[in-house]
Amino acid sequence: MTLLLQFLFSGLTTGTVYALVGIGFNIVYNSTSIINLAQGEFVVIGGLMMWFFLEGMQLPFAVSLSLTLLTAAVVGLLMERLTIKPLLKKGDLLLMIMVTIAISILIRGILMFKFGKDPYTYPPFTEGEPINFYGAVITQQTLWVIGITALCIVLLYLFFNKTMTGRAMRACSLDVKAARLMGINVSNIVMLSFIISAIIGAIGGIAITPISLMEYDKGAMLSVKGFCAAIMGGLGRSRGAVAGGFTLGILESLTAGYIHSGFKDAVALLIMLFILFVKPAGIFGKAEIVRLRKF
Amino acid sequence: MTKGNAIAVLLLGILVILFPQLTTDNYILTIAIFIGINALVAIGLTILMGYAGQISLGQAGFYGIGAYISAILSLYLGLPVLLSMIIAIAIASITAVVLAIPSLRLKGHYLAVATLGFGEIIHIILHEWGPGGPSGFGDIPPLSIFGYILHSTLEYFYLIWLCIIVIMIFSLNLINSMTGKALRAIHDSEIASLTLGINITKLKIKVFVLSAVYAALAGALYAHYVTFLSPSGFSLFYSVLVLMMVVIGGISNIWGGIAGALIITILPEVLRGFKEFDILVYGMILTLSLLFMRKGIVPLIIETYKRWISK
Repeated sequence: MTLLLQFLFSGLTTGTVYALVGIGFNIVYNSTSIINLAQGEFVVIGGLMMWFFLEGMQLPFAVSLSLTLLTAAVVGLLMERLTIKPLLKKGDLLLMIMVTIAISILIRGILMFKFGKDPYTYPPFTEGEPINFYGAVITQQTLWVIGITALCIVLLYLFFNKTMTGRAMRACSLDVKAARLMGINVSNIVMLSFIISAIIGAIGGIAITPISLMEYDKGAMLSVKGFCAAIMGGLGRSRGAVAGGFTLGILESLTAGYIHSGFKDAVALLIMLFILFVKPAGIFGKAEIVRLRKF
Repeated sequence: MTKGNAIAVLLLGILVILFPQLTTDNYILTIAIFIGINALVAIGLTILMGYAGQISLGQAGFYGIGAYISAILSLYLGLPVLLSMIIAIAIASITAVVLAIPSLRLKGHYLAVATLGFGEIIHIILHEWGPGGPSGFGDIPPLSIFGYILHSTLEYFYLIWLCIIVIMIFSLNLINSMTGKALRAIHDSEIASLTLGINITKLKIKVFVLSAVYAALAGALYAHYVTFLSPSGFSLFYSVLVLMMVVIGGISNIWGGIAGALIITILPEVLRGFKEFDILVYGMILTLSLLFMRKGIVPLIIETYKRWISK
């Protein structure tokens, strides 16, 4: 029982990152119909840049955090303006998928050049005794990760429902042409969606690195798992991605704990294939909901 | 096959025969063999991308199935190498059918994601269950054709490039046939080809299986040439490399597969000593060629040549 609780908590922790990557997928997908396979790289950027500012340059925590998020936002911005924008109007989805792969390799290459192949980590946000919960040990960082994710979700909800820009983004995801006719600058919305998804990914990376370390090549797997979380909840529905991310994280940690740790990564892939083959609208989604795509 | 392509195949044949006269350096011959093996995989993906408008991120999976199954059958069950190669290719093509039917039934680019997942699963299986696990296994019997065992690099060079010539002739004929024309129609407009009575899904599945067969053949040839296998060569990165070969060589022309394989195989040899740069260089090449050279090298050369002729 204690063991099971422990697995559930560690699954929940990794699940939050998948959820954040999944939300990032959805935000970009909703505004562009692009599957951004570079999404996972932003998590790695978050973790490694945070290390760079915090440990490498010995800057204070708040400054490091701001600089890391700024870096991720700039990378997202550059990615959209330099590669997505010039190619998007061609309307070739095949090309768009390839471009996001190219960017992911480029980012990975830059990170490897800068940081090498070693894993990096920094101390947890707060020092303190781990909490004992019915025998399961929960570190304070785990609480930080879950809390930060929850905060992100609430902020995103407010942004998409209460602000004009957020509503404009939702309008674009429903019908780009109609949105343009209403005077919404669609090009800016696309740019914004890349910036937001980059920041969300980076937040996940910053929060998880003290627990699970970060290295330059983690991005590809994170992309795959985040995508898995996104389609579990039905592509385009961010509440679904959160549920998908947590479910995936827990299933992974149970597989690693009870079956074999080597097959941990296969879980996401098998779920993904299963959903694509059996229920493309997502486990938590109905086919009709996919068309509505609400946050 | 068009006249231009027939001449090109002939020229390739002459080049293959003459090449070993130009150099006896085993190192160069070995690289030429690897170019050939990669070209086989790339030709298959070119047809899939250029003619069926679909993308596969799991060619490493089929390449791995071809290599591992052929190696295991011949090494542990003692089957003749040729037979184990055929079985390996058959298994790869069945896998391709199973993967393609559900994902190609859906509209959009589900195949991209399905193949990505598939390739990684194969990589994990090889890693966990393959002989030797992550460190791999050796002593795979060399290729033998009806009792004749190939040992020299030169023999492998001729065999692999003969395979490429045969496959080029087959593929060029396929593209020029009704099937090829239907495929091109699919790439241009799915709806238009549907109204013309083309069974799009069936054709896409066929092309996907074809690309899997080419990849598995390449994998099997690799296994029996190198006689040592480890899972590291069959990861997502290999699938992306093949994608790069196709993009750089040119999606719309299957000669692009060979040109791309040539460039991407030689690149690491050129970059030797810059080990920490290599991923960065790959990323830059892929990004820049998608942005500024979308057609790829081979179509670019053909266009320049035609413009030069017409002057």
